[in-house]
Amino acid sequence: MWKWLHPYANPEVSYHFTNKLLPWLSALAAIFLSIGLVWALLFAPADYQQGHSFRIFYIHVPAASLSMGIYFAMAVAAFSSLVWQLKLADASAAAMAPVGASFTAIALITGAAWGKPMWGTWWIWDARLTSELILLFLYLGVIALHNAFEDKNLAGKAAGILTLVGVINIPIIKYSVDWWNTLHQGSTVSKLGKPSMSLDMLWPFIFCFIGFSLLVGVIICLRFRNEILARNSIRPWVRELVKNN
Amino acid sequence: MTLKAQSSQKTENLASIIDETFIDNALIENTVIVNTAIESTAQSSQPLSYRHAFMLVLKRDLTIAMRHKDDIINPLLFFVIVVTLFPLGIGPEAQTLSRIAPGIIWVAALLATLLSLDRLFKSDHLDGSLEQMLLSPHPIFVLVLAKIFAHWLITGLPLLLIAPLLAVLLHLDEHSYTALLLTLLLGTPVLSLLGAVGVALTVGIKKGGVLLSLLVLPLYIPVLIFATSAIDTAALGLPYSGQLAIIAALFFGSLTLAPFAVGAALKVSTN
Repeated sequence: MWKWLHPYANPEVSYHFTNKLLPWLSALAAIFLSIGLVWALLFAPADYQQGHSFRIFYIHVPAASLSMGIYFAMAVAAFSSLVWQLKLADASAAAMAPVGASFTAIALITGAAWGKPMWGTWWIWDARLTSELILLFLYLGVIALHNAFEDKNLAGKAAGILTLVGVINIPIIKYSVDWWNTLHQGSTVSKLGKPSMSLDMLWPFIFCFIGFSLLVGVIICLRFRNEILARNSIRPWVRELVKNN
Repeated sequence: MTLKAQSSQKTENLASIIDETFIDNALIENTVIVNTAIESTAQSSQPLSYRHAFMLVLKRDLTIAMRHKDDIINPLLFFVIVVTLFPLGIGPEAQTLSRIAPGIIWVAALLATLLSLDRLFKSDHLDGSLEQMLLSPHPIFVLVLAKIFAHWLITGLPLLLIAPLLAVLLHLDEHSYTALLLTLLLGTPVLSLLGAVGVALTVGIKKGGVLLSLLVLPLYIPVLIFATSAIDTAALGLPYSGQLAIIAALFFGSLTLAPFAVGAALKVSTN
């Protein structure tokens, strides 16, 4: 596997690889998102208790789980950059952090919008909302640390250490907040065996979930590409590229 | 021998840079560490034992702290003032105050620790002794642990001592005093340990202070939750050993892991 992977440690190779990956990812994301969102927002049956307002979950749940997922992906990148000294792993972590922060913010805002008709208030100090908010703070810390250093390599290393400290703390924070307060309804999708969601609601959800994941992939690829160019701006191949365009 | 001469020259240079008050004991201690370190590598004699190195760093940090008493007193004053602001803002009803007392005391303790964190590595970084420490052959783990322990002795312990007084001001429930002290005893070292990671990351940055709070405060949340819950439980007369056990687990977890992260972060910060 190492033999297959190691060419991608070269910035030029990875740059062209992301270039090849991008059109496929964007096309797939567009297809899945358009099918999923239209199905979910127009054709899926309304919930018998929550009416139409539950439809926001088709955006809220993917955003929330992706916000966690992106943080773990960042931690993996930070770990490989610290252990194997891969500079590109730093670049990818730098590319992921703002995307993760935005998805956390989307999850919080859609959660609040759902809370208004359901709970009668925009904000409740409920366990999941609170840990999502703390996750947003962790993201903002990583981004702020990234911006504080002039030298991008140092910034990447420092932010990597912080990400790893954060990833050890996330489960601890999550469980302490859960323990602190639980008002939220039980989780409905994660029970893989028999989902408590009906099938005609589950299918559009799956489409939305895959669509949003692909969208994240597209955004990260775009940002990763820019990071590579910004970090290697003095290399001859980047100059060639700029001249040819 | 040339190495030794170099090192003494280096410390002389340092001495000229540093503020007058630092030079005497503190610097001599530092020189002792560096010199012994160099001797041990140069002549391959017996290296300094871990315990000896730990004690030297601890003694040095405590000596410096004793020379700058403001650093000890100011966070403590901050702690007291923040706590006195709450009754003024909320109202003097004893019932309300005793209900929110654990939260107030703990949040104020978090903020006071945060204020004092900056001095953990900052002055050492500025006068260059931090780099000397990282260059010495002793494991960074031991040196960092000594510095954090000194920081706790200087800031955590005074908080612990003054907390009962503030508890009286806030009409904390009588049954909760032991719980308050126990949670502070177990919890403040966690604050120092986790905070050290944040300081180590921001020590090289010019305006690291605000950034530090952004990095460190989210990590303090579990300690806050379990500590206040232990005090609340104690006020109801129920056993609170469960919460204490979790804080102890957080303590031992951060005791074993945080120094590694601090060492890695210091290497990044000093480049």
